[in-house]
Amino acid sequence: MMLRRMIRCLLMGIAALPLACFAAGGGEAGDLFSDPPNNDVSDVASLQRGAKYFVNYCLGCHSAKYVRYNRLAEDLELSETQLIENLMFTGLRPFDTMDIAMPPDDAARWFGQQPPDLSLISRSRGTTYLYNFLHTFYQDESSPTGADNMVLPSTSMPHVLWELQGVQRAVFEPAGESGREPEFKEFELVQPGLLSEAEYDEVVRDIVNFLDYIGEPMQLKREALGYRVVAFLLVFLLFALLLKREIWSDVH
Amino acid sequence: MSISNTWGRRLTAFGEWIDARFPMTKMIKEHATEYYAAKNFNFWYGFGVLAMVVLVIQILTGIFLTMSYKPAAADAFASVEYIMRDVDWGWLIRYTHSTGASAFFIVVYLHMFRALMYGSYKKPRELLWLIGMFIYAALMAEAFFGYLLPWGNMSYWGAQVIVSLFGALPGVGEGLAEWIRGDYYISDITLNRFFAFHVIAVPLALVMLVVVHILALHETGSNNPDGIEIKEHKGSDGIPLDGIAFHPYHTSKDLVIIIIFLIVFAMVVFFAPDMGGYFLEHANFEAADRLKTPEHIAPVWYFTPFYAILRAVPSKLGGVLLMGLAVGLLFFLPWLDRCRVKSIRYRGWFFKFALGVFTVSFIALGYLGLQPATGVYTNLARLFTLLYFAFFLLMPLYTSWEKTKPVPERVTK
Amino acid sequence: MTDDLNKSRRKFLSVATAVTGGIGAAFAAVPFVASFRPSARAQALGVPVEVDIGKLEEGGLLKVEWRGQPVWILRRTPAMLDTLPAIATELADPDSEQVEQQPEYARNAHRSINPEVLVVIGSCTHLGCAPTERFDVGPADLGADWPGGFYCPCHGSKFDLSGRVYKSVPAPLNLKVPPYRYISDSRILIGSDTGAA
Repeated sequence: MMLRRMIRCLLMGIAALPLACFAAGGGEAGDLFSDPPNNDVSDVASLQRGAKYFVNYCLGCHSAKYVRYNRLAEDLELSETQLIENLMFTGLRPFDTMDIAMPPDDAARWFGQQPPDLSLISRSRGTTYLYNFLHTFYQDESSPTGADNMVLPSTSMPHVLWELQGVQRAVFEPAGESGREPEFKEFELVQPGLLSEAEYDEVVRDIVNFLDYIGEPMQLKREALGYRVVAFLLVFLLFALLLKREIWSDVH
Repeated sequence: MSISNTWGRRLTAFGEWIDARFPMTKMIKEHATEYYAAKNFNFWYGFGVLAMVVLVIQILTGIFLTMSYKPAAADAFASVEYIMRDVDWGWLIRYTHSTGASAFFIVVYLHMFRALMYGSYKKPRELLWLIGMFIYAALMAEAFFGYLLPWGNMSYWGAQVIVSLFGALPGVGEGLAEWIRGDYYISDITLNRFFAFHVIAVPLALVMLVVVHILALHETGSNNPDGIEIKEHKGSDGIPLDGIAFHPYHTSKDLVIIIIFLIVFAMVVFFAPDMGGYFLEHANFEAADRLKTPEHIAPVWYFTPFYAILRAVPSKLGGVLLMGLAVGLLFFLPWLDRCRVKSIRYRGWFFKFALGVFTVSFIALGYLGLQPATGVYTNLARLFTLLYFAFFLLMPLYTSWEKTKPVPERVTK
Repeated sequence: MTDDLNKSRRKFLSVATAVTGGIGAAFAAVPFVASFRPSARAQALGVPVEVDIGKLEEGGLLKVEWRGQPVWILRRTPAMLDTLPAIATELADPDSEQVEQQPEYARNAHRSINPEVLVVIGSCTHLGCAPTERFDVGPADLGADWPGGFYCPCHGSKFDLSGRVYKSVPAPLNLKVPPYRYISDSRILIGSDTGAA
């Protein structure tokens, strides 16, 4: 992880875009709801849990239509039986993609819009966004779903994980003082969920980790190959450099 | 007696057979083994060959991407994901191509900067510079057409904005924009024709221009960091005293430069292919949506200096014209610069200062083009736009006044 | 002395650089070559096909598609099966010795798992035309001794009722038997003979 981060920052530095480094490192410090998820896509156990949560809580409404189940099984080190029993709805074949049965028109009627496909959500929105999004649902009686979200205000998505997290209320300060927008202060747990705060955080991290993985399933392979390619090029460079110096020894 | 001798003779005979029908040996001599370039090239002289390397990379990966890509509004976005996920190694080919696009501009900008520093656009290389500028223009067209193809939301709205620029032209504008799109909005038809431009029309022009560029270069001979003509001092054998053969001397040096470039290139491809959103933009991972503009539209970084100039002008037509002028003025550089000394090493501080201001302005405009056009950013963009144009428009003045240092007869180390 | 040394050093470095570059080029070619392989989607579309043959009556022919190729499933009558050994001398490869043309379990007299049910790819081994089924015995155009079989109208190749090719016709090989297995008595899976569906 560290090495990867360093190489990335180095590259950004070469491009004279030091700002990008902070952005890639996860949100500007001090900003609300920009806590980095610190997920690790090489953690297969986390990905397996994330996949299970994803299938149970997300896949009902959101598709991941570019993701193939068998590719998932291979990368998550699951056997075909495990895959079929744990992650797949009946009637699907391992080669199928993670589509949903919900007709788009129904979805539009129920939610006001079609829930977006999540194959690339980690790349379009970033993992920090997703991590904070799943943390900041709060009770809002005025919303048709009974909940609103701090990261995506007036979202049409219900808080599907409320049973796990519990129900929280947003406390604003100064509450209703005239002339100023009320500022968010903190969340207050109204009704405890099945999980503790730390446990819920782990669940969210696993889901975000899984979304990160499906956004770019080849990312681990990509980096592993990268080290070898660079190592090879360094050897090539050594020979080329020696040859150049040898040839240039007759230039005076 | 030995086998290798027999084969050696046969090879020579084969070479002679070809030479009687095609000037193979003659060309190799002219362009490699007996093409003499100054021996004091520094690393700035590597970006030309790197541009060629990137061109080859782009053509090669482009051909293979074409085999799996579908230029249709309904399929384009999904076909890119198909390449990324379903095609064996498709991700590598695609990342190489997307990184290559940015790399192309990096090396070309540095190549052009080298020309500015060492006066490579000056007599007798004015035409060489002009051809190079046409290459740059073709490259911009190529990048613009190619950027629509992934059919992401940024592709879509980027194309929308750029095509709308043509709508600014008085009278013909609207009709022209419609004609470019072939529809009333950026549609399947537009995508299809941009695909045709991107995969064959522009690359063909680009390759031909590159060939012409190299032929012109080899006619005048390469410039050097001292900005002196090495052909003016030839030995008794007719070879420039300060020149060394392109092959094997410069080729062996270029190989080192190419490998160093490839290392950096591979590091981007393998460790940061989206380069924090600068090479592959976040909003482009959402499919094109005609009804939803991304929150913040900015072109890819290599266009942002010109985009910042466009936004700096509070009139639509004015902005478009000024942006066009920003590129157009570069064409006239050989005639705007009145100083006879080529290399920055021997030029006066007027030019050094102007070039410095220009470079800072260009980079600053590039940065500002990525930022939202608000308050202080807009004012800064105006300032740097002014400085950008001042570099060109005042050039005839400050280059005639500048006090130069004596130029040496022969190249220095 | 030093000149010789330099020469050999130069030669060595030239060769080393060239060889390394060559290896690099070969590695770089791998992704491009490999990208031509059937993609994950092509493989998804090429997965085994399950066929219900419960309703296939004797003498009936069922045509299904697997990987874009026509697969024929023929339930042979006892009379049809009786013709097979009789014409062995007229065939090019009566004992299915060309091993690529069928899996091991179909390398028998009837070229099938279940003697009655023939499963073959209906693509002529000559140039890939689709042979037609000619189960009629002794028709005018194929001669009185035609026991029934498959006839390719493109170039006149003839195959018997287990897809074996006749001698002296353009097609060189027997019709190909795809991998398949029985899931139950009445269901077969075409395209796979191992593992779970």
